[in-house]
Amino acid sequence: MAALDRVKVLVLGDSGVGKSSLVHLLCQNQVLGNPSWTVGCSVDVRIHDYKEGTPEEKTYYIELWDVGGSVGSATSVKSTRAVFYNMLNGIILVHDLTNKKSSQNLYRWSLEALNRDVAPTGVLVTNGDYDREQFADNQIPLLVIGTKLDQIPETKRNEVLTRTAFLAEDFNAEEINLDCTNPRYLAAGSSNAVKLSRFFDKVIEKRYFLRDGNQIPGFSERKRFGGGTLKSLHYD
Amino acid sequence: QVLFFGFGWLFFMRKLFKDYEVRQYVVQVIFSVTFAFSCTMFELIIFEILGVLNSSSRYFHWKLNLCVILLILVFMVPFYIGYFVVSNIRLLHRQKLLFACGLWLTFMYFFWKLGDPFPILSPKHGILSIEQLISRVGVIGVTLMALLSGFGAVNCPYTYMSYFLRNVTDADILALERRLLQTMDMIVSKKKRIAVAHRTMFQRGEVHNKSTGFWGMIKSVTTSVQGSENLSLIQQEVDALEELSRQLFLETADLHATKERIEYSKTFQGKYFNFLGYFFSIYCVWKIFMATINIVFDRVGKTDPVTRGIEITVNYLGIQFDVKFWSQHISFILVGIIIVTSIRGLLITLTKFFYAISSSKSSNVIVLLLAQIMGMYFVSSVLLIRMSMPPEYRTIITEVLGELQFNFYHRWFDVIFLVSALSSILFLYLAHKQAPEKHMAL
Repeated sequence: MAALDRVKVLVLGDSGVGKSSLVHLLCQNQVLGNPSWTVGCSVDVRIHDYKEGTPEEKTYYIELWDVGGSVGSATSVKSTRAVFYNMLNGIILVHDLTNKKSSQNLYRWSLEALNRDVAPTGVLVTNGDYDREQFADNQIPLLVIGTKLDQIPETKRNEVLTRTAFLAEDFNAEEINLDCTNPRYLAAGSSNAVKLSRFFDKVIEKRYFLRDGNQIPGFSERKRFGGGTLKSLHYD
Repeated sequence: QVLFFGFGWLFFMRKLFKDYEVRQYVVQVIFSVTFAFSCTMFELIIFEILGVLNSSSRYFHWKLNLCVILLILVFMVPFYIGYFVVSNIRLLHRQKLLFACGLWLTFMYFFWKLGDPFPILSPKHGILSIEQLISRVGVIGVTLMALLSGFGAVNCPYTYMSYFLRNVTDADILALERRLLQTMDMIVSKKKRIAVAHRTMFQRGEVHNKSTGFWGMIKSVTTSVQGSENLSLIQQEVDALEELSRQLFLETADLHATKERIEYSKTFQGKYFNFLGYFFSIYCVWKIFMATINIVFDRVGKTDPVTRGIEITVNYLGIQFDVKFWSQHISFILVGIIIVTSIRGLLITLTKFFYAISSSKSSNVIVLLLAQIMGMYFVSSVLLIRMSMPPEYRTIITEVLGELQFNFYHRWFDVIFLVSALSSILFLYLAHKQAPEKHMAL
């Protein structure tokens, strides 16, 4: 049983948005009782059935790497974090629905994870004027999750949800909005659960089924691994 | 006045709250108001020296300023701190106000108690007079200032001088990173085993870890003894490994920071700061020395250093120039420099501190704490500045602040300064020694 294949998904977001609670909910199906600061990175594992219910069903390990910290950290902290970013297969971007700045910072987070050897400068990331072409080339699936849904009063929900819909569109990703202290949102059969398993399926597909030989590298993984890795292929 | 208020507001919005939304505007207002009034105090000092405004109006402004600041510091801020602390603790949601008042009363009580062991009480004044309040605020503020400056005096040369920088090579960093990744892999594999075990248990329909009732407990003990024992063992291993990974992560971050500093010191700016570092270190050593002398010989300076310096120059070097004229200007410049650097230093330290420990839950409390600290810092620095000014200007401050034993404050400051400097030297020495040993063991 321990010889299942594995897939690595990064969970990114600002401090205090609820990444650790989210990961705990996804992997243990229980609510995290005492959330505290994540120093460094904490990993958790979820067993996922790829193509559940079909004859091609296969089980995979999904490793959720929950990296702590903020986008505004010093370069030294960023370069320390960069060590967790290799061999990425998918990214979950987490933001806080009650805090607008955390959604804006998601652009910087994604750039940091995807461009591991280019320090993101302030130019690209003010209020959504960023370069969509960067994301068009991206082969790594993204998922946007908004947390603390219960803390938004009913009256403001609509405008918040439209805002996050734009956000998800920018990333060309699905979005889920939930409350990490309530497992009801991810109950089996709900639309959130369906989106989640679709996301995981996509990640597994990209990792194992769509090319021959080795893994598709990220944006500029060439520099890190020296010459000799495949360039990213375009599929038309 | 309005200028400073606006400045305080701007600073608050841009620097401190870059990553979080401001929930309560009250907090913002309080912080800016504190900042504004502190700056006006300094402004008044400068006016004092320059002799800009009318003397009586200056006096009036001083009094007003002091009253407002004390009011804020002693009454409003602690109250709000109590209020926010209580609202963070989820249990006491209902009776927020009551508990906040309770906390505030305890604070006031301790505040009064502080005054007892010190020779500040003079029998002429009543309980709620300004002098009493100032004396207490002054004590706390002076302690704080001494602690901070003691630590800063030692930390400053340590940070700036590249003599102390340990040599970090890329190979070290890579080795450490590899260890970190290996640890993470081990954690992952152990977690996989746990997850698989959970899944098989679940699929077999066995009872979940939570036992229900007495019989449930006995049943689980007898039937699944092996499974759960293994699991808890693995869980403990995972916890230990996670702790290790955290440590490794922090060490790696440290190494990266050191490497960055080495690179920075090779640039031109770095060399400039290095030079400044030497200069500062000499200054800090001199200050420590002076503090020791002050304590040992039980001497309190009556005349300020500038006048004394000029007197010495006049006596020894025989240069004839108008003492009064020059002393005025030089002391003004010095006081200005001191004020500006202390404000800047304080703001920078506060910002760093804020980034290091803030989170969206407690940010309000922290901002209020910072406002309180800042207010006390400024009040006490006014007290201490009095020492560095020539005697003609001391009169107004003495007038305004009433009868306080200034000498006592200076001695207290020196004592605490010395203590904190020595302890921070010890601390840094230990930290410095430990780090190379750790790297040798790699």
